[in-house]
Amino acid sequence: MYTLPNKLKVFALVFMVLGAVGIVAGFLSAPKTTEDVAAMMAEAHHGEGHESAQPGHGSAHAEHAMDHHDMSAHEGAEMHAGAHAEAANDHGAHTEADPHQEHLEHVMHQMQNRPWSALYIASFFFFMIALGALAFYAIQYAAQAGWSPILFRVMEGVTGYLPVASVVVFVLLLASAFHLNHIFHWMDPELVNPESAHYDKIIAGKSGYLNVPFFLIRALVFLLGWNAYRWLSRKNSIADDHAQDQSFFKKNFKLSAGFLVFFIVTESIMSWDWIMSFDPHWFSTLFGWYVFAGMMVCAITVIALVTIYLKSQGYLEEVNDSHIHDLAKFMFAFSIFWTYLWFSQFMLIWYADIPEEVTYFVTRIEQYKLPFFGMIAMNFVFPLLLLMNSDYKRVNWFVVMAGIVILAGHYLDVFNMVMPATVGESWTIGVPEIGSLMFFFGLFVYVVFTTITKAPLVPKNNPFIKESKHFHY
Amino acid sequence: MASKVIHALYNDDDILMNAVKTVRAEHYHIEEVYTPFPVHGLDKAMGLEGTRIAITSFMYGVLGLTVAVLMMNFIMIEDWPQDIGGKPSFSYLENMPAFVPIMFEMTVFFAAHLMVITFYMRSKLWPFKKAENPDPRTTDDHFLMAIDAGHGDVDAMMKVLEATGAVELNIVEQEQAH
Repeated sequence: MYTLPNKLKVFALVFMVLGAVGIVAGFLSAPKTTEDVAAMMAEAHHGEGHESAQPGHGSAHAEHAMDHHDMSAHEGAEMHAGAHAEAANDHGAHTEADPHQEHLEHVMHQMQNRPWSALYIASFFFFMIALGALAFYAIQYAAQAGWSPILFRVMEGVTGYLPVASVVVFVLLLASAFHLNHIFHWMDPELVNPESAHYDKIIAGKSGYLNVPFFLIRALVFLLGWNAYRWLSRKNSIADDHAQDQSFFKKNFKLSAGFLVFFIVTESIMSWDWIMSFDPHWFSTLFGWYVFAGMMVCAITVIALVTIYLKSQGYLEEVNDSHIHDLAKFMFAFSIFWTYLWFSQFMLIWYADIPEEVTYFVTRIEQYKLPFFGMIAMNFVFPLLLLMNSDYKRVNWFVVMAGIVILAGHYLDVFNMVMPATVGESWTIGVPEIGSLMFFFGLFVYVVFTTITKAPLVPKNNPFIKESKHFHY
Repeated sequence: MASKVIHALYNDDDILMNAVKTVRAEHYHIEEVYTPFPVHGLDKAMGLEGTRIAITSFMYGVLGLTVAVLMMNFIMIEDWPQDIGGKPSFSYLENMPAFVPIMFEMTVFFAAHLMVITFYMRSKLWPFKKAENPDPRTTDDHFLMAIDAGHGDVDAMMKVLEATGAVELNIVEQEQAH
């Protein structure tokens, strides 16, 4: 049995407290009025210099126009060609308000969104680690894998964060649904009201699917389904330790196969709902796979890191280099898979250059250059070069180093998926982002290692446990 | 000069693996093991050096990537500039995403084919080469371990081999080829 070391508990709590301070500071420092925004921008302009601030001003207008006016494909094409001019025309044609005032208001909304987005990204990031680990665990059962049963309790530990994460994510979705924030732009009822000046034909056309009650029902069903599998499989896995026969293993085998079918459908829909709908005009048919790939890389990386950590503390003596090697192979393979999907999505959109699709990448490349390209280096080039060599996959500190970069890279990936639509160009990685990340990291570490203490570290009666202990490559 | 070799035949890969370990522990020299299918971990048990084909594979991949880059640059940009997907920039870098699939395929193509050719050359294999395996049963269901019996007590060796579970033991005089 593993007992939670006090040091680790303090470590997690320190992260949670510091993170909570960061989150609160982020919310408090968000502007409340347009005057605040003007003051903040004056300060920023002062710091950045006139040249860098000016072009940003222009494209914010473009963003604004895109958000609040019906954008048909035709308009979009022109928008792509001359965003600035188009934006100026739109403002002239549709609004009589002072454009400067309107811009300030727009920036204020972005800045008010920022702490919420930061919170959402960090909570989703750790949520997807737990969910990915659950899918990986189910695959091991369904495939009757012989190498991995020795790692089952580690995987169960990582998935132990799922119930907590589910509550957090659902509360955040509820907060959006009750208009405490505006990170989900499409939830604004004005957009689907034909009488309104802000009526959006495209979003209104999707409202049969993309409406708040159905959105919440889907979220609830998915979360309950995943948590039900997690609860049942964990219960069976522990009961299996004292069983006389293989009935619990067989139960888990069937359960896992069923769960995987449920999972791959619901995961896809979840990724449209919780991520893709941030850009409600945009769509990509392989988005579900893309999120899935990122999820799996992170989950397997975390399983490897937790295993290496436990081993370094003198637990899991029977885990050998071959187990780490296999996990590192998965990290490598899923990193390549992620890149493959990332590029498939990018290249088709880049090649076709259809305005309604390409805006997604135009915004990211124009306003998020560093995180956008930085993340490709971190998620592809780095693991490719570091984990390609077979021997390096057996060197623990190599795996740890690659793992940390991969996790940071995939945080940036989620950041790039969410931030451009909610915060636009008013982004930085500052107190709210790092605070949220620290808070959920602390919570994750605390919950995961507490779950690991609750059961023996090696399952006893699993039919493959002997093979797993003797696994060698 | 002729040399003596013991051919020990086995009919199970697990027994063979244990036999290889025992024979190595006795410090007898295993010349070669013939198996009908690849036996996992046999190379390590025999103490063979790790393969370097992975390194050549990497180099061939880099070569393929370079060829693809130069080729696409010549074909699509220099020799006959082409308008790619309505993006007539005539710059390699700006049209690069369109070339990535070719870069990838050429990398794989070069790595795979040159690796196979390297493997054949390194193992001295070529078309119409006469098979070297000493017993045709090793292509069906038997495993054969050839142990150098030139120096040492042959009777003692035979006893050890018998204890490892060999189904058949032959002492063969063979022409020294290498």
